[in-house]
Amino acid sequence: MGMLRGKLLPPVLAILFSALLCGIALVVSGANPLRAFGVMLSQIGQGTTAVDIVNSTGTYYIAALAVAIGFQMNLFNIGVEGQYRVAAVVAAVVGGSIVLPPGLHALVIILTAAVAGALWAAVPAILKVTRGVNEVISTIMMNGLALGLAAYLIGSDVFGELRGNNIRTPEIPHSGWVPGISFGSSGTVFGLVFLAALLGIGYWVMMNRTRFGFELRASGESSTAAAAGGVNAKKMVLIAMLLSGGIAGLVSMPEILGRDHTYNLNFPAGIGFSGIAIALLGRNHPGGIAFAALLWAFLDKSGLALDNVQVPREIVTIMQGAIVLSVVVAYEVVRRFELAAQQRQVGRQLGTVDAA
Amino acid sequence: MNPSEAPSTVPPPRKARRIPGWAIGALGVAGAVVLLSTTSYLTGVPQLTSTGTIQTAVRLALPILLAALGGLWAERAGVVNIGLEGMMIMGTWGAAWAGYQWGPWAALVSAAVFGALGGLLHAIATVTFGVNHIVSGVAINLLGAGLTKYLSTLIFFPLSSNPRESPSVPKFDTYSASGLSDWLGSLEAQQRVGLSDVAGILRGLVTGVSPLTMLAIVLVVGSYLVLWRTRFGLRLRSCGENPVAAESLGVNVYRYKYAAVIASGALAGIGGAALVLNPGQPGYLEGQTNGRGFIGLAAMIFGNWRPGGLLGGAALFGYADGLQLRSGGKTFLALVYGAVLLLVVIVIWQLVRRRWFAAAFGILAAGLLYAVYYSVDEVPSELTTYAPHLVTLIVLAVASQRLRMPAADGVVYRRG
Repeated sequence: MGMLRGKLLPPVLAILFSALLCGIALVVSGANPLRAFGVMLSQIGQGTTAVDIVNSTGTYYIAALAVAIGFQMNLFNIGVEGQYRVAAVVAAVVGGSIVLPPGLHALVIILTAAVAGALWAAVPAILKVTRGVNEVISTIMMNGLALGLAAYLIGSDVFGELRGNNIRTPEIPHSGWVPGISFGSSGTVFGLVFLAALLGIGYWVMMNRTRFGFELRASGESSTAAAAGGVNAKKMVLIAMLLSGGIAGLVSMPEILGRDHTYNLNFPAGIGFSGIAIALLGRNHPGGIAFAALLWAFLDKSGLALDNVQVPREIVTIMQGAIVLSVVVAYEVVRRFELAAQQRQVGRQLGTVDAA
Repeated sequence: MNPSEAPSTVPPPRKARRIPGWAIGALGVAGAVVLLSTTSYLTGVPQLTSTGTIQTAVRLALPILLAALGGLWAERAGVVNIGLEGMMIMGTWGAAWAGYQWGPWAALVSAAVFGALGGLLHAIATVTFGVNHIVSGVAINLLGAGLTKYLSTLIFFPLSSNPRESPSVPKFDTYSASGLSDWLGSLEAQQRVGLSDVAGILRGLVTGVSPLTMLAIVLVVGSYLVLWRTRFGLRLRSCGENPVAAESLGVNVYRYKYAAVIASGALAGIGGAALVLNPGQPGYLEGQTNGRGFIGLAAMIFGNWRPGGLLGGAALFGYADGLQLRSGGKTFLALVYGAVLLLVVIVIWQLVRRRWFAAAFGILAAGLLYAVYYSVDEVPSELTTYAPHLVTLIVLAVASQRLRMPAADGVVYRRG
């Protein structure tokens, strides 16, 4: 009971608090918060919203897993943002320029994306283990460089082609597409959403049933204890970072292989940072992350309906930011509270021992 | 055990600095000018040191400089501030909101207040609640972006009929040292080697100076004086080096950290105002900061957590930006040539010091850069924008052992 309270109470409190905060903001700006939330809920049944939420959940889930692997050992991969972008461009270019039988083609594209993401993450990883460069700074810089590289690669004199007023990479041929599950007019669930689920299971197995996962968690709990136990810290950093980058590389695969078949200027930005927030909300637990990703996707997609009731939909972004901040504060408060309770309990027990 | 064999716990005496800091700065500036004029002479690209380039560079360096200064305040007190970007975004909105109604000075104050609010939030999360600094910073970036989008849809949309843009904001009047400026202008027009370059650079610095530039310089000098020459600054920095020791000496660490992070936010906010009040911009624009908060952080690291150093970093990044904006990729290529020259000098220096490995590495890098210079007609604009990021990565990779950040930077401190 106590365990459950410590794990579930903070996120619930944080979400309620953020909803309250946004409700107040809405009242101040002259809107009816209950109506706004009502519209968001009823939007799920409208058009393709439900399917969009599922698709978006898959994307966010992969991004958050990538972040969570680093978080397990207190490694901050702020660079998921850049890794998935570079991986998307490279995979789209490679996929559009090779000819392979169906199935194999998609597989090659997916592997390319993973390798590209891992290589982009390898730079900060190598800088960290050989030169002691803080990964937060180097990954932020790599994010900037990723934007530049992507913009350069889709330039019309490199790999890109101009279509209307959009620039994109050559379209991936049919053999590279991954079919989805069609729900008729309600949209199509990307086939690779199942890849996200698979990754989640793999992540759980790796963390809880393998030596690597154990060493990863041990490094995160106490790096000195792990080192004393024979864990090679540098090797762990390198592997965790490459793994994180590789998974980050897959973030955009559901969309590219399922719908867009190309990388273009409308490529979504900011998924890496959302991934950080989602991993925090889900506490690096595969189930928790799934729930958090679903919440994020719901806020994103249902928020679009707010425009119909004259509420700026950006209130949703505020809510997301408020959730992250309040959830980490809530975790910290609960942790301190439990620590104090534990200390009191130990004190009481010692006291009784002394008295007897 | 023989006591004499016990490992010494006394740190080795610090080598006295033979050259004072200001002299190193002056040498650096002189070196940069010589390098630029040599490059400009050898490549035949006068724009490198033209008045226009320098003016643009100054305008673009200001936001970076102010963000870097904000980073300096927070990190010197031991709080890593990744949220600079978010605070800067809040500053741009605050500046536009007050600016279109009450003019540029109100914009400045409002931007500082909005940025400080972001800083306050960061301080509450990191200092009071002990949240990881990076996590809080990322959250503030999300929150800052969301909040400004919401507010501008709410308030700017009815005025400018564009939810991503504010009504235009009046700018500062600019001031020129008129007599000096004309004289330098005639000197620059003569196109004499070296002399005209210096004249061009100086003229760029004294012509069309906005009060904002002066304020930024005052803030840099003021930050140095406050942080390194006052009791308050010493205590603030002690919170970033060893908060436990500071607390044991009676310093209220929480209060100092709060003050530092709030000041950091205010400075980042003013950095945002510098973007809105830039004569080339109508006012607030969504996505206007475009990662400049992060570049400010990079400039601070480039400057080794010192005010003089971050001024150099901001100048370098602003210059690269200004050159690109002003005269395009062809001119930017001349800068690559300049980098080759710089590397040659470094290689000679390393050879004199008999550091063969470093010299060989330098020769390799110089050869590579020269190959780029030789084979490419112009640097694609997509890549030049991100030159600061690359430079920072290289500096981190090469000099990370020499950089020294505050010892307790990023460490969550809890009283008790």
